[in-house]
Amino acid sequence: MTIEKAASTSTASTGQPEESPLRLMWYKFRAHRLAVWSLWIIVGLYLMAIFANFLAPFDPETRTGLPYSPPSWPTVMADDGFNWPPVVYGVTSTLDMKTFKRVYTVDTTRQYPVKLFVAGDQQSWFGLFASDRHLIGVESGGAFFLMGTDALGRDVFSRVIYGSRISLSIGLVGVSISLVLGVILGGISGYFGGAIDLVVQRLIEIIQCFPSIPLWMALAAALPHDWTTVQVYFGITVILSLVGWTDLARVVRGRFLSLREEDFVMAARLAGASEARIIGKHLLPSFASHIIASVTLSIPSMILAETSLSFLGIGLTPPALSWGVLLQTAQNVNTLAISPWLLLPGGMVIITVLAFNFLGDGLRDAADPFAKERLS
Amino acid sequence: MWRFILRRLMWMIPTLVIISIISFIIIQLPPGDYLASYIARLESRGSNVDQATIDSLRMRYGLDDPLIVQYFKWLGNILLHGNFGYSFEWRLPVSQLILERLPMTFMVATASLLFAWSVALPIGIFSAVKQYSLADYFFTVLGFLGLGIPNFMLALVFLYVSNRYFGLSVGGLFSPAYLNAPWGIHKILDLLSHLWIPVIIIGTAGTAGLIRITRANVLDELRKPYVETARSKGLHPMLLILKYPVRIALNPFISSIGFILPGMISGEVIVSIVLNLPTTGPLLYSALLSQDTYLAGAFVLMLAVLTVIGVLISDILLAWLDPRIRLS
Amino acid sequence: MTSRPIISVRNLEVGAMSRHGMLRPLRGIDLDLPFGQTVGLVGESGCGKSMTARALLNITPAPMRITGGTIILDDGKAPPQNLSALDPDGVAMRAIRGARVAMIFQEPMTALSPVHTIGDQIGEMVRIHRKLGRREAKAHAIEMLDMVSMPNARQRYDAYPFNLSGGMRQRAMIAMALACGPDVLVADEPTTALDVTIQAQILELLQRLQADLGMTVLLITHDLGVVARTTKRVAVMYLGEIVEEASTIQLFDTPLHPYTQGLLSSVPRLGSRRGRREPLPTMRGTVPSALVELAGCAFHPRCTKAVAGLCDVIKPVMAEVNPGHSARCLLYPEVLVASKRGSSVVQPEPVS
Repeated sequence: MTIEKAASTSTASTGQPEESPLRLMWYKFRAHRLAVWSLWIIVGLYLMAIFANFLAPFDPETRTGLPYSPPSWPTVMADDGFNWPPVVYGVTSTLDMKTFKRVYTVDTTRQYPVKLFVAGDQQSWFGLFASDRHLIGVESGGAFFLMGTDALGRDVFSRVIYGSRISLSIGLVGVSISLVLGVILGGISGYFGGAIDLVVQRLIEIIQCFPSIPLWMALAAALPHDWTTVQVYFGITVILSLVGWTDLARVVRGRFLSLREEDFVMAARLAGASEARIIGKHLLPSFASHIIASVTLSIPSMILAETSLSFLGIGLTPPALSWGVLLQTAQNVNTLAISPWLLLPGGMVIITVLAFNFLGDGLRDAADPFAKERLS
Repeated sequence: MWRFILRRLMWMIPTLVIISIISFIIIQLPPGDYLASYIARLESRGSNVDQATIDSLRMRYGLDDPLIVQYFKWLGNILLHGNFGYSFEWRLPVSQLILERLPMTFMVATASLLFAWSVALPIGIFSAVKQYSLADYFFTVLGFLGLGIPNFMLALVFLYVSNRYFGLSVGGLFSPAYLNAPWGIHKILDLLSHLWIPVIIIGTAGTAGLIRITRANVLDELRKPYVETARSKGLHPMLLILKYPVRIALNPFISSIGFILPGMISGEVIVSIVLNLPTTGPLLYSALLSQDTYLAGAFVLMLAVLTVIGVLISDILLAWLDPRIRLS
Repeated sequence: MTSRPIISVRNLEVGAMSRHGMLRPLRGIDLDLPFGQTVGLVGESGCGKSMTARALLNITPAPMRITGGTIILDDGKAPPQNLSALDPDGVAMRAIRGARVAMIFQEPMTALSPVHTIGDQIGEMVRIHRKLGRREAKAHAIEMLDMVSMPNARQRYDAYPFNLSGGMRQRAMIAMALACGPDVLVADEPTTALDVTIQAQILELLQRLQADLGMTVLLITHDLGVVARTTKRVAVMYLGEIVEEASTIQLFDTPLHPYTQGLLSSVPRLGSRRGRREPLPTMRGTVPSALVELAGCAFHPRCTKAVAGLCDVIKPVMAEVNPGHSARCLLYPEVLVASKRGSSVVQPEPVS
């Protein structure tokens, strides 16, 4: 048996020598129904972000002239019973002169059938090609807002779909930066041990006992005001990663420490493999599954952090669109009282965070059936 | 034991040094020094600042010194004179502002921690002992929801519900009548009647995590051979669980302060901004927005230092509970 | 045979439903523990030795539970009781556990609580069963530590398991098990985790205490040397069944079951007639999992003497081959006759 073979069999815990660790992980993962569902939800969310311009009924900045309109849904139960395709009723808005509140009344006489691939706002797909087709919509004259509209009459649903581009990608970008930092520092720390390990460990401890929100707030607030949206986006991502790498470094270090003592590493060393080859060829593949699980579990905290910062107005600010930016409008109690649907973007945050948590849990269980949620 | 505490205190020193450096960086980060922004603000109000005043201020704060000298001056002022600098926004010494707000933050955070503990421990144990029961699933789902909902969302929902259905304005820690009243039993009762809302909101996220940790640890301990030994002695099942696995699972529970407390402080800061509590959050927020850098830096410094002290206390508590740490 | 059994096990079965089918770690154990004797129970790992030990105290790990058979405890202190019929967590069973039937475990480091002093863990026994106060329990615990020859017993009372060496930990464990003066001691691999020299000390201690206190001991081990040194009778287990039972001398002299023969021949012996260069024989394969249901003899797939059409068809039963020496192997006419009688009633279904 060669060393290669020895390495692969000793990591495949159940002893099917032909299966790679990642494949084994996938088999175990499929048994986790909640995690598999979560995976599909996440895939769906990212597809939504990519095809936002086709899925969103409106351009996120289009002002429909119907501010604070409550959510309105197409119905299949029109006045004369079941109706296909579903219709949208017209609405008229009046200003209540006593309370100065806008009142929307449904006008059932005007009906607009919901259609697929309707023409609407002209949209460009990442600057590659443009189209005015939207998945669903109604003919001009009518409109429906699945999540209502904001103070400027913009469709919250469309804004949520567009906002997912930043909210969902910031987690990925941030985790990528964290991962690079975490693998390098954790790997060095775990592989070489000794004084380096001690220093890195102390550093991780110090960062982890810092209350992260005040730190993030302070750093984010210090970003220059004249930065463009893209610059702020990356600035925020880097700030979030400055704290986020510690968890990943811990996982990597822990795996390195335990694997360093494994027989197949010793065998590789005796066979004259270089340190770099041992790390790259034997160590990294054997805990890739753990890294995938940990990465998945750190994405939601990134998303939450960005949402919190943007909500406070010290992360991303309009015209940038993220779920946190959308929630800014819900900060005011009085606004909230008349238009509670402005909280709906928060629902997307919750769904996304939960889906990533379930997915990460499933992946971790699959990566290591004995791994526990416990303190090291 | 004393040696352990002493060693642990020594470990704190590098931590504190790094915290102070980070805080100092935060003070220095915004472009231009604070005096420049102060002068700009004065001039925007139409007052004229003569060059002599500027120069004397520059001298007093050592703004022309190299950064390293400035750092030591800043640190020295804090350590020797308790002088954290001056808030130009509030025209007050930073130390005074901090003293007003920090204790409140820590009270709310500690109350949230105690709330999270007292809820999470029994539920965690119960979920572990009755693994895969209906109640276990219920609490697991509840725990995940707690993890997924951002603190400030919960606060907003609270605001909306109490405003909409109860016509109450939650927010603040005191009724207007007691806002400036001297401390007394009635003021404390008034405080308690307001405190539970932020405590529940901040505590929820921590509770969810703690339930999962407790459940996993108790489950882990339940499989250990010493549980079987205790069973072979004829112990009552309930006593057995409390005396052995729960007792041992308590250790990671205590050490969870280490990461729960920073989370509680973070949660406190953001929730207090939403609910407008008279704690650190709103003040830090406005200090950051108006580049009142000394105030912001001092807040970050003190929040981190107090967190480190909290973690230290949890470590000592843990050593006291676990002979393996105390005696090794 | 020998004296009256203090524990008499008949057709004891332990099992649990799992996702992959019925797990049956114990498949009908018959075992007698004669009063005041040491009985050995040997077998490879996974054969159900430890499960037998736990079943005797009714502490089978969940979801395993006793699914059939009887365990009659008759120690003269109370009317005979069937332990397998008692509620595992009930008052009656808990009053027996520890007080009348006690157990020591393999790994004293993990089997003792790491955060309680050994004194506390020993004293707990008498606090539970004799309702002694703290001070009396402490005095008793120190007495017990003295009895197991723990050096500096008084100081050791406050020691934690991690303060002690492996041998001392096992002494503490024995002191704990014997604190209430049980009539039966179940020792599950008590020396496996220890150094060879310490092993000998612990075995001597157990033998001394057994003689002094007149205890009945069930010694579970995979070490045939330990069995030869300390026991009068031996039972050999394979896949949840006893396959051979005899006096220790008989068993080592004339092992009947091919499995026992295999076990004995895989132990190196000084001065054996085997050529020096000849490799030590090993047995093929390992014990199948507790899920496996085999037609015929459970050992036939690994047996070098298996007869096709016989061993894989007829389920053998225990039968006395020589006086006081029973086996479960169809190669012996006594067993074959008894098995055919049995199998005409229940025809085992062949498994593909």
